[in-house]
Amino acid sequence: MALLISLEHLSKTYKMGDIEVHALQSVDLTVEKGEFVAIMGMSGSGKSTLMNIIGCLDLPSSGSYNFLSRRVDTCTRKELAELRNSQIGFVFQNFSLLSRTTALENVELPMLYNRDKKAGSLPALAKAALEKVGLGERMHHLPNQLSGGQQQRVAIARALVNDPPLILADEPTGALDTRTSEEVMELFTSLHKSGKTIILVTHEMEIAQYARRLITMRDGCILSDEPVGKK
Amino acid sequence: MRFSQLFKSAVKSILRNRVRSFLTTLGIIIGVASVIVMVSIGKGAQNDIQNQIKSMGTNIIMIMPGSQNTRGSSMGAGSRQSLTLKDAELIQQVETVIAVSPVTRMSGQLVSGNGNWQTSMYGVTPEYLIIREWSVETGEMFTQKDVQGSSKVIVIGKTIAEELFPGQDPVGKSIRFGKVPLKIVGVLAAKGQNAMGQDQDDIVLAPVKTVLNRMNRVRHIQQIMASASTMNDITKASEEIECMLRNSHGITADDDNDFQIRTQSDIMTRATETARTMTLLLSAIAGVSLLVGGIGIMNIMLVSVTERTREIGIRMAIGARESDILMQFLIEAVVLSSMGGIIGVGISMGIVWAMTALFGLKTSVDLLTIGLALLFSAVVGIFFGFYPAGKAARLNPIEALRYE
Ligand SMILES: Nc1ncnc2c1ncn2[C@@H]1O[C@H](COP(=O)(O)OP(=O)(O)O)[C@@H](O)[C@H]1O
Ligand SMILES: [Mg+2]
Repeated sequence: MALLISLEHLSKTYKMGDIEVHALQSVDLTVEKGEFVAIMGMSGSGKSTLMNIIGCLDLPSSGSYNFLSRRVDTCTRKELAELRNSQIGFVFQNFSLLSRTTALENVELPMLYNRDKKAGSLPALAKAALEKVGLGERMHHLPNQLSGGQQQRVAIARALVNDPPLILADEPTGALDTRTSEEVMELFTSLHKSGKTIILVTHEMEIAQYARRLITMRDGCILSDEPVGKK
Repeated sequence: MRFSQLFKSAVKSILRNRVRSFLTTLGIIIGVASVIVMVSIGKGAQNDIQNQIKSMGTNIIMIMPGSQNTRGSSMGAGSRQSLTLKDAELIQQVETVIAVSPVTRMSGQLVSGNGNWQTSMYGVTPEYLIIREWSVETGEMFTQKDVQGSSKVIVIGKTIAEELFPGQDPVGKSIRFGKVPLKIVGVLAAKGQNAMGQDQDDIVLAPVKTVLNRMNRVRHIQQIMASASTMNDITKASEEIECMLRNSHGITADDDNDFQIRTQSDIMTRATETARTMTLLLSAIAGVSLLVGGIGIMNIMLVSVTERTREIGIRMAIGARESDILMQFLIEAVVLSSMGGIIGVGISMGIVWAMTALFGLKTSVDLLTIGLALLFSAVVGIFFGFYPAGKAARLNPIEALRYE
């Protein structure tokens, strides 16, 4: 399988006044195309920091990050934005939809920032993405007219719409009840089956069981990395 | 992001906060409206002054006595009595001059069988009508012969005809000016009010010699008016007149003129310049309010950027470049200020219309002013939108996402 992500001696240090917080300490990690990875660990162990760096939202303090054989840690802000737009779909715990903007318009948004997309094709593509997550009926609803599970599915449709190879999800079920969590995880599973690489952060072993590989973190280091999965 | 998309989302977010957007643009609205109103009033006044000067006649050259110096203090233009009828005759010889008339003015009371009327009498020659471009409606203008013979004839203005001879033809009627009996030979065509609101039809024209010889009060002429044949001849004609008068008044090369020459174009230039300075001053003051309006926009845009930090974070997370965010807020600021500009133009048109319709103020709105005001309001938007938009664009995506 082809290599998608490769981290070497990756560290991230936050400076808060005199105190240095070592959020990541010399992390080495490779992820291949088509993998389904779950990351677990206590609060404050550096999971989100790692996801943000993999997601090109942030740059490491030291170490190297290669994404699709491309050096990311030396990218400009513009190049990072373009990577986020076309290569990565991000799903957040709190859905992060634009309020007072319909589901359809939210899903269209990543395509508006994509120079390769033709304006005329946007509504149709957004509609197709919403139908894929089972929300074809609620395209014109505003986020506050949707349930949490539905909002998260809109966010997943938004992450999918530019057809990126990598989907990142930082505690995507953290704000959902068990049943909707299961629905959302079924969705990730089918995305994985369709060939997407998925990395997700979770607190619950139940959720991690949907993945094929489980990484455990503690104090900014990778504690264990093992195969997982019953489904 | 495409411009049409940016524009659409800018309008959307402006309409989302209607009241705030309106209050934000109020400064621009007031600024643009006052600039246009000020310029319109200024331009109106300028046109008015020009028309007024034009209505004096065509290509006019005015010769007035010089100022008299008594013990070192000037008594002002016209205080000398240096002009004579002979000067007027001399000026007639200037080739580029087509008409000349001495002018002497006195006020007094007209007495007819029907009543009295306080008015001004001008002692002139028949050529005065050519210079002023006036015409006689009924009867005739008195002749050069009447001037030479100091005939007791007059031509009256329309107002006097209507006041003293209502419903009658005044031509041929007798009348007195003070104690002197006169015969009316003609009535001038109505000219209406001049720009200052003076009635130009409340006037009596009499042969200049009649006024000088028979009225017992005025002994000298106050002014000589001449008309050059074309506009280009004005300068040449006035130079020749100056030369001629210096000779005839026996003024040596070292001495100053004992008369003054003013041309219509001199007066026009001076008056127009004054009006333009006023317009400039007024619009500069109004322009300051546009700047203040711009600062208001910057203020609200900064608030808006802070309020929408999370939105900016989300947009960045899904791939918005710095330039996309910059353009988004910049276009919002420009749309905001341009909307203010458009509303301001609308309001200014209303005010200008009301001033003209209700108070009879002379105004002149031109498209250039409106265009410039709109352009300027857009520029204000760009200028004052740039700082907040830049601030938004430079946000760190993660910090913006985490902002509550
Ligand atoms: N922007 C920041 N500034 C300072 N410290 C931070 C920042 N972000 C995260 N940290 C710290 O880095 C560590 C790892 O945080 P994070 O990656 O969010 O952990 P997790 O997602 O596993 O709960 C924590 O100790 C946290 O306090
Ligand atoms: Mg976290």
